[in-house]
Amino acid sequence: MSDYEAIVVGAGCAGTVAAYELAKAGKSVLLVERGNFAGAKNMSGGRIYVHSLRKVFPEEILNECPFERRITHERISLMAPDSNFTIDFSSEEMKKEGRESYSVLRSVFDQWLAEQAEGAGADCIFGIPIESLLKDETGKVIGVVAGEDEITADVVILADGVNSLLAKEAVGAKRPIASQVAVGVKEVFALPEDTITNRVLADSSDDGAAWLFVGDATHGTFGGGFMYTNRESISLGIVAGIEATATKGKASVTKMLADMKSHPGVAPLIKDAHLVEHSGHMVHEGGLQSMPEFVGDGVLIAGDAAMMCINLGYMVRGMDYAVASGQMAAQASIRAIDREDTSKKGLEHYRELLESSFVMQDLRQFSNVPQFMAGFDRMFGVYPEMIRDIMNSLFVIDGAPVRPMKKTLRPIVKGVGTMNIARDGLGALKAL
Amino acid sequence: MNTVTKEMVINVDEYLALDKYEVDEKNAHIEVDTDGSDAEFEKLMLVCPAGLYKRDDDGKKSFDYAGCLECGTCRIACGDTIVTKWVNPGPSMGVEYRYG
Repeated sequence: MSDYEAIVVGAGCAGTVAAYELAKAGKSVLLVERGNFAGAKNMSGGRIYVHSLRKVFPEEILNECPFERRITHERISLMAPDSNFTIDFSSEEMKKEGRESYSVLRSVFDQWLAEQAEGAGADCIFGIPIESLLKDETGKVIGVVAGEDEITADVVILADGVNSLLAKEAVGAKRPIASQVAVGVKEVFALPEDTITNRVLADSSDDGAAWLFVGDATHGTFGGGFMYTNRESISLGIVAGIEATATKGKASVTKMLADMKSHPGVAPLIKDAHLVEHSGHMVHEGGLQSMPEFVGDGVLIAGDAAMMCINLGYMVRGMDYAVASGQMAAQASIRAIDREDTSKKGLEHYRELLESSFVMQDLRQFSNVPQFMAGFDRMFGVYPEMIRDIMNSLFVIDGAPVRPMKKTLRPIVKGVGTMNIARDGLGALKAL
Repeated sequence: MNTVTKEMVINVDEYLALDKYEVDEKNAHIEVDTDGSDAEFEKLMLVCPAGLYKRDDDGKKSFDYAGCLECGTCRIACGDTIVTKWVNPGPSMGVEYRYG
């Protein structure tokens, strides 16, 4: 007889949802988190697309969720050292129920998620890191080890995040290599809510913007900058490829962020703001190719620990995959527990659920993107500068007689190479 | 390969001072061979989001786990070379985000 029917390791988006689903189904479940509360060790950009939460929580519960702002402006900037070219998109579609996205602060958001799990009947332990997994003589995972304590369960769900130290023990996952992972560094700036609303041209303090910066944000190497509006703060940060930065970086990630904060395209956003937190976290960028096995004997892996994350350059997604995979891991576990078979075979239903959902279908759809993005060096330097030169030639008037546009633009484009542009364009189309 | 210069890195200690930590003074959850490869150490100077990998004017290398944000980046970048230990801090220890 096990201590619990299920143990969930990690109280992030995947773990809390898994624990909630299991408890709701009447299973005895323990949620263990190494932070002193859910979210204490967690950080994201961040914005969550709400669709997968709607499949977990009924409307009246979700209405209580501490989202920061609904994102109603999507901005993308091509940033050169001395210019910033921005596209700003907003639409009524983005506001429709089930299609909207919200900025979140994980320390607040994850606590709310954990409260739902606890409210549904899950036992929660905080401040305890799980050091290893407990296995029987056949190698099946039968519980967890924390210090002197061993706690057993019929099934263990690993949701211990992108830096999972347990995935290796669970399914033999290799440590990700540096080219598959990026590092994020973020700072949170407190500002009055009206000031934020006005600075990003939002309709009200319920709405806000998501903003990505490509180019000088990372001083030309693989990665980008980001900005998300929270209710009373702005999250500003950099995500930079670890391999690219370590071997070709022209500045440290902390320097990249410091320089972005003082870039004329960004500085006015945080003028007179008050820095309240400096944080760091990894982001998986390797896509499908570098995902570990996520079904093991007595164990399932969900969310970032299973590397379920997509970076398309113009958008980064992870939290909605984490929520959905946490829910599916719970559903598969419930079925396996009821059938009294939590072996790898008994848990295979998790794979079927993921494969037939947007999670694995998206990851398959975009499986070539990571390789394309990592080799897309011109996007991080040459193109932002080309756009700057084109825009300068269109918008800057010094009183000299204008020349035909063809003559002005041709040398700028030629400098980059028409073949290069065509090749990159086709490459992007193929990968996306 | 880069040779990392002073201009390429900045000190963020004053920002880290805003973060909440419970430092485990007795146990280092990360151990780094500061006598090891300079090239590997320079990688960590570039990628650590807390800027904890430092070199002074004489070129002497140092690392202090006290300001660690527990992201794991050094484990990924140099886990086979100069980062000789990387585990999570002990119970209730380490960084505690209030925003996250």
